[in-house]
Parts: sequence; structure tokens; C-alpha cells
Amino acid sequence: MAVVETRGLKKQFGEVKAVDGVDLSSKEGEFLVLLGPSGCGKTTLLRLIAGLEQPTAGEVLIGGQVVNGLPPRARKIAMVFQSYALYPHMTVFNNIAFSLKAQGVDKAARQEKVEWATSILGIDKLLQRRPRQLSGGERQRVALARCLVREPTVFLLDEPLSNLDAQLRASARDELQQLQQRIGITTIYVTHDQVEAMGMGDRIAVMYQGQIRQLGTPREIYDEPGDTFVATFLGSPPMNLVERDTHLIGFRPEHFLPKGVPEVQDNLVTFSFPVTRVEYLGADRLVYGVVAGTSGDTKTMARLPSTVTVPIEPGGDYEFVVPAKELKFFDRDTGLRTGPKPL
Amino acid sequence: MASLKRRAKRIAFYGAVAAFCFFAASPFLFMLTTMFRQDRDLYRVGKDSLFFKLPPTLDHLRLLFFDTNYTTYLQNSFFIGVLVVVITLIIAIPAAYSLARLTGRWGEQAGILVFLVYLVPPTLLFIPLFQVVVKLGLNNTLWSLVLVYPTITIPFCTWLLMGFFKSIPRDLEEQAMVDGYSRITAFLRVVMPLSLSGVIAVVVFTFALTLHEFIYALTFVSASDQRTISVGVPTELIRGDVFFWQSLLAAAVIVAIPVAIVYSFFLDRLVAGFTGGAVKG
Repeated sequence: MAVVETRGLKKQFGEVKAVDGVDLSSKEGEFLVLLGPSGCGKTTLLRLIAGLEQPTAGEVLIGGQVVNGLPPRARKIAMVFQSYALYPHMTVFNNIAFSLKAQGVDKAARQEKVEWATSILGIDKLLQRRPRQLSGGERQRVALARCLVREPTVFLLDEPLSNLDAQLRASARDELQQLQQRIGITTIYVTHDQVEAMGMGDRIAVMYQGQIRQLGTPREIYDEPGDTFVATFLGSPPMNLVERDTHLIGFRPEHFLPKGVPEVQDNLVTFSFPVTRVEYLGADRLVYGVVAGTSGDTKTMARLPSTVTVPIEPGGDYEFVVPAKELKFFDRDTGLRTGPKPL
Repeated sequence: MASLKRRAKRIAFYGAVAAFCFFAASPFLFMLTTMFRQDRDLYRVGKDSLFFKLPPTLDHLRLLFFDTNYTTYLQNSFFIGVLVVVITLIIAIPAAYSLARLTGRWGEQAGILVFLVYLVPPTLLFIPLFQVVVKLGLNNTLWSLVLVYPTITIPFCTWLLMGFFKSIPRDLEEQAMVDGYSRITAFLRVVMPLSLSGVIAVVVFTFALTLHEFIYALTFVSASDQRTISVGVPTELIRGDVFFWQSLLAAAVIVAIPVAIVYSFFLDRLVAGFTGGAVKG
């Protein structure tokens, strides 16, 4: 087990700054998620840590040791690629044992280790198959087993669930997290899926344009976003932002409720909310409308749980409230979080 | 009624296949039968057919093996073929891999340039190359051909293999590098096994070229004991206007049939090799 750290890490491809000065430090045995939209540099950051790319500037440390210039094989890492990268010409057994061969592990020990890893992942019946004979979920497990047998100090996972169908993804998420907790190896997990990130991560680093915009626990990232990018990237539907003078007021759709619904009646901020459309989604109702801002009306959404039965019709003008403590304030120009402002 | 129709279709299909096979194989059939025919049987003006009228004879084979340098030509061709295959693989594999992987966008342009070199015909090149061969003191030796043939085979094979290496996902090599291998061992253990079809295609192409190449073999080598099959056989068995047809055809068949049998073992791989390179290149 080891801590992964990057110091002022930069990677430029021609004019494009893929990773632009990242300082990141994982904790021992932590499940750290790199979350961001596609093209934000999260995979490049992972590849820099793995040694598959050489940084333009900055340092990568694994277990307190600078590993810049060390080839991937010397970094004691294991990686799962998005494509799983199973060797098509080898059986499952040989795929898993391949890295052990490189370490010079003898045949009996290889057998033992492969059996150990495959029994953990429940794929011990597939050892003689070839990758093309496996389903997506089985391939993913083989890729994980291949990582496990190496007993690495760090796990690097690049969107390992994105090739699975939705149902399988939910169960794979659960298994992957349990596995990580059981073996306790520091894991860096790249994804663009906020549900995966929120559900699995001990901490999340939200990346955008090659930089880490915020690093924190899922709760911190969601409840206390550091800027408007993080505020709108997480949450579905995203946080509403309404302009007031030099700042933006943010509030989550689930906190935006018809007047009279919240049990606590004091410290509520009231907005006039003309409704344009209502979507009934079973567990929730999504209510679309506008809220008046400084420079015009802003499209705003409310998410009402099915327990709120207040009738809302399109075309009606309603009064909605937000608890004052749920209002977040951001600077209009920089997008950064600021302290509370008068409304 | 339906089954009758289906049967008729099958018969028509296999009939067409058989006719095509016969058409393709008929030159070999003609060669195989002719090599055993007596002169009097072969030269009956206006009455020629594929069928023996007189008993078969081994005289022409005897002439080929004992009165000409045929066995030396076989050895020479085989010697050159093997060496040129080895040289081509040693140079084309690393060249193709680096062009496919390591030089970014320039790789593709360079690959096309390399292929253009292949398109320059030997009929233009043999004069300057002859000077090179003479300067190196290699004229009239097999080594001149060992040196010159790779100038044809390497560009083509580099281009062919490039398409192959490109079709192999980088992830696989990178995974191998994470799994504890260097780039070279990752290449040998992951990329090479997956490119086997391409390598077989290269071996077959190169070996076949050295067997049938004529212009260089004719111009660079004149000593009888240094000739290859492609030049040695016609120069010895066509004397003036006398063609030793049976021995000539025997000389060709003896080379062609073993080569064809060896190729047939790799046929699937070979087709995958040429098409794979072409489509993904």
C-alpha cells in the first residue's frame, strides 16, 4: 500500500494543456475518484501516474518516492484499462498469470495465486476460456483479477465499468467497492459518471480543463461546491444558479419546494416561480420554470419527491421557498464560492 | 420439388467450383504429364493431347538432375530465399513497428514514402544497382542478390506490417508494460503473436519473390554455379532454338508443388495477412 502524490504535474500535447498543474495527494488505502467531463484530463493524469506518459513538468510520487522516469513496470502499480486490454491470444489463466511470469514467479506459485484471485472474483470456472468467449462482466473481472495477483501498491482504474450495461454496472460497482475495502489498496478511479463517483469514492477530485477544481468527500463536493463548475457538474438535475448583482445564488432543485411544504417555517427565502412544464417521473416530479434574476429570467428547476402532493400545473404562478442555509453564493465573474451575501 | 431444386443448385455450384479448379490446375496437370512423355509422344504435330500414347519415361528428369546444374540452382535459390527472408524480417519488423507507433503523424507519411520506393521498377534500378554491386565486389556471387533483393522486399513488407501493428490496440502493449514488461518484451510477447498472419504473409511474399525474380538474377550473376532457378533453368534448358520442354516443365513443377503445399497450410493466415494489412493500413 502506498500514497500517491503529484506535485505541480503538467502535461502538454502540442498546444493543448491536458493536465495543467495538478497537486493531488491520496491517503493510505483510500478510494480516490477522478471525476470530470470527457477531455478534462483525468485519463491523462492517470496515465502520468502509471508512467505511460511522461510529464511536461512536475513530479509523481508513489510511496514517497519520485517515480518520474521510472517505466510503468517499476512503479508497482496495476491498471485496468477502459477496454480491459485482455490479451486475445491467451487464455484467462495466462492473462492473469502473465504479470507473474514477468516477476519470475514459479509455476506452482503462479497457479496458487491465479486460483486465489479468481476465486475472490468468482471466475475460477473460466480459466481455460479466451477473452472473446467472455461476456462484458466476465472480462471486467478477469481484468481485475489480473491486477489483484500482482499485489500492487496502487490500483489505477480507467472507467472500468463504462462498457457494462446499466444493470450489471450497479452490481459491479458494489462488488468493486467491497473488493477495494477488503484488500485495502490505494485506488485511483477515473470516471465521468457522477453516480459512480458519489457512490464509490472516499474522496472525489473534480477535474475540469486539466485542473482539479475541488477535492473532497462526496458530501463536501455535493453540499459545499467550491465553484459553479462543480455545483452544476454534480447533481441531476444540476444546481440552479440565479444572478443577483455581482454574485450568483445557487440552490439544489430538491431544496426548492412549494411554500408550506418544508416543516420548518423560519429562515426560508421565497421566490416567485412561474411554472412552464411539469415532468412526472414516478419517484419525483420535475418542475420547470423561471426565477427572476438581475439580468433577466433564469431557467430554474425544482425536484419534488412523490410525497409532496401539492398540485402544480404548467402556466401557474407559485411561490417556492429555499431554506436560507441551502443557498450557496458564487462570484459572478470568477465563479468561485463566496460567503453569504444579502439577497 | 423444393429439394430437387436445391439439389440442382448444389450440383451447379459444385460443378462450377470443379470447373474452376480444373481451369486453375490445368497448367500444372499439363506440366506433370508432359515431364514424363517421350519426345516422339510429345512432338506429334496436330495430334497433341494430354494422354500418353507411348509409355512414360524418366529420361528428362535424369537429364535435369544429372546433366545440368539443377541441384545447385535449387540450393542457391533456397540459400538466397532464406537469407533474404531473415534480413527482411529483421529490418521490416522494427521499421514497421516504429512507423506505426512511435513517430506520430509522421509515421503515416513516412510509411507511404517507403511504399513508393517499392513502386520503382527493377528495370530502372538494375543499372545503378549493378554499379553498387560491382563497387562492393559482389558481382557474380549469390551475395549480390542477397544484398539487392531486400531493396524490393523491405519497403513492401514494412508497409504491410505497419497496417498490422496499427490494428493492434495500444492498450494491449501498455497493459503488458504495466504488467511488468519492457516495451521490447511487450512487443515480442503481445504484439508479435497477434501479428503472426502479417509475418507469414511477409515470409511467403519474400520467399516467392526470390524464387521468381529474373532481372537482377540475370544481370548480376553469370557464373553457372552461382545462378538461381529462375535464370539457371532457362539458360541451360533452352539451347539456341531447342527447348527441352519436358525437363523445363519438370524443373518448374519440382519447385512449384512443394511451395504450393507449404503455402496451403498457411492459406487462411495468408489471406488474413494481405487483407488485414490492406484494410487497416
